[in-house]
Amino acid sequence: MSEVQPDPRGAPAPAVSARGLRKVYGDVVALARLELDVWPGEFFTLLGPSGSGKTTTLRLIAGFERPDAGGVALDGVDVTSRPPYQRDVNTVFQDYALFPHMTIAENVAYGLMVNGVGRRARAARAAEALRLVQLAELGARKPIQLSGGQRQRVALARALVNRPRVLLLDEPLGALDLKLRQDMQLELKRIQRELSEDVTFVYVTHDQDEALTMSDRIAVFSTGRIEQVGTPREIYERPANEFVAGFVGTSNVVARDGRRCTVRPEKIRLLPPDAAAPDGELSELGVVREVVYLGATTRYVVALDNGETLVAMRQNDESEDGAASEERGRRVRLAWRAQHMTAVDGFAAADAQREHEEVPQ
Amino acid sequence: MARVALRVWVALIVLFLLFPILLIALYAFNESNVQSWPLPGLSTKWFASTFHNEAMRQALWLSVRAALIATTIAIVLGSMAAFAVHRFRFFGRETVSFLLVLPLALPGIITGMALNSFFAWGTVDFSLTTIVIGHATFCIVTVYNNALARLRRTQTSLVEASMDLGADGWQTFRHVTLPMVATALVAGGLLAFALSFDEVIVTTFTAGAQNTLPLWIFGNIRLGQQLPQVNVVVLMVIVVTIVPVTLAQRLTRDTGVLRTGTGRGRADASTHAAVAAEPAP
Repeated sequence: MSEVQPDPRGAPAPAVSARGLRKVYGDVVALARLELDVWPGEFFTLLGPSGSGKTTTLRLIAGFERPDAGGVALDGVDVTSRPPYQRDVNTVFQDYALFPHMTIAENVAYGLMVNGVGRRARAARAAEALRLVQLAELGARKPIQLSGGQRQRVALARALVNRPRVLLLDEPLGALDLKLRQDMQLELKRIQRELSEDVTFVYVTHDQDEALTMSDRIAVFSTGRIEQVGTPREIYERPANEFVAGFVGTSNVVARDGRRCTVRPEKIRLLPPDAAAPDGELSELGVVREVVYLGATTRYVVALDNGETLVAMRQNDESEDGAASEERGRRVRLAWRAQHMTAVDGFAAADAQREHEEVPQ
Repeated sequence: MARVALRVWVALIVLFLLFPILLIALYAFNESNVQSWPLPGLSTKWFASTFHNEAMRQALWLSVRAALIATTIAIVLGSMAAFAVHRFRFFGRETVSFLLVLPLALPGIITGMALNSFFAWGTVDFSLTTIVIGHATFCIVTVYNNALARLRRTQTSLVEASMDLGADGWQTFRHVTLPMVATALVAGGLLAFALSFDEVIVTTFTAGAQNTLPLWIFGNIRLGQQLPQVNVVVLMVIVVTIVPVTLAQRLTRDTGVLRTGTGRGRADASTHAAVAAEPAP
């Protein structure tokens, strides 16, 4: 699906590149001819539902699995046939995979030890890595004595201590509760900034908010292929197809001029039914079917007169403004700007993508 | 009320199980060489005479050597088999697994007879070697079961993490896999030692004219000879077997196996079976 995109910073070769990657388990095609380029220093996210092939992609990059076809290159060097210990990548595992019989300091220093780094240098670099994740004082503990969030940080420090070119993260925040997860998202961004431009992050998640929060670019996966690659803004504002529109955000699909189009809920304004449609805007009449109060925002599910359904979202910043007219069963006029509408039928997807890439950011 | 009844019931069961052993322990201190009740008096004189009994000492020494060698073989072969079955998918893997566990289920008399016929057919003279071979058949299982159970409840990501951090296959085995299963191997070895040390049936068919300690006890009881010394020896055997079994249970209880919130590597905690200290695979 995705074409090879030029590196914005002009690096000689992608930090990670996958060419025609294919992986089959029994009669399940986990990956079908995957093409992917990740540029040095990027925070690149593989986003998709479970079983979409994102973790398989990560495991192929790390070397835990061998592809059935195609290859993986790191910095332009083909590593397809190399075992994991001969690849300059390190992984943060979903279950952390800390060695239970070693202390935290020993866990972090493990990569240095097996690579023959001397005892003193090892201790110094392990301590430095633990400082980076703000656990400097816990080196003597065993993994079982740490909380989930602390184990997560240790796993991160252990993966970073070898100073890999590429850091792979397999749903590293999946086991944490929401608050901790949000803190760690910002923490990860801080750590990446602190590590200079050199370390490339490849991050696997099924959480669209996480992907939008952290990524420089996102690849959206579905059933073993990439549906779209782009910045969070591109993915959200210009979804290439209905799958992307629905997986990242709310799928608000309507038919217009014989094409399937999507418009994001927060772009839709609710007006009184007798109000005239503003110039240059599209508008539809309908009935409010459902009102969901979400704290900062309120969601309105509106059944249009033409039989379609649209979701509109509004900030709860104006309490006096016509609350009565927005209750369930009321007739409303929905209005949105033409440029907020994106065609998402398969045929138009490539168009939308190409058209958008020409626009300078 | 129900609680009291339950406690009494449990106490009765424990008494039923332990009373004969207590009786033997008491008889070991019997002053007389006739087992009659009440005991005419208490004495430790049988201990000295037992330790000076040359036949007993030879039997004890044979038993200790047989158990040590059988345990060593069991630890080496049992752990290797467990690693292979756990790590690789090969043709006949299930069969190998089944055949390894079979001696545990097979009546000892069948194992013993089969080995006996085999040695006769191959004109192999009975010796320490034949005893050790007989014992190794069931000792390997205990180590194999323990090691495999431990491997199965160890996160697979640990091995991957090690390789990912730059360790090759051998380094990963040395620094991660082996330490993870070490206590299981020791526990399996201790159980193997205990099993070998008091084995009678298979030994009967593979020892020929030699006497291991259990055979010596068995022979003396059958002939009604040296009963006070037998009591002393039995008490000794009980102590020698209880120690490794208790240690084995200790070792398999606190494994430090990490359980993360993702639910992987979760294992059931039933580590109390006497023969297989870890849940059997």
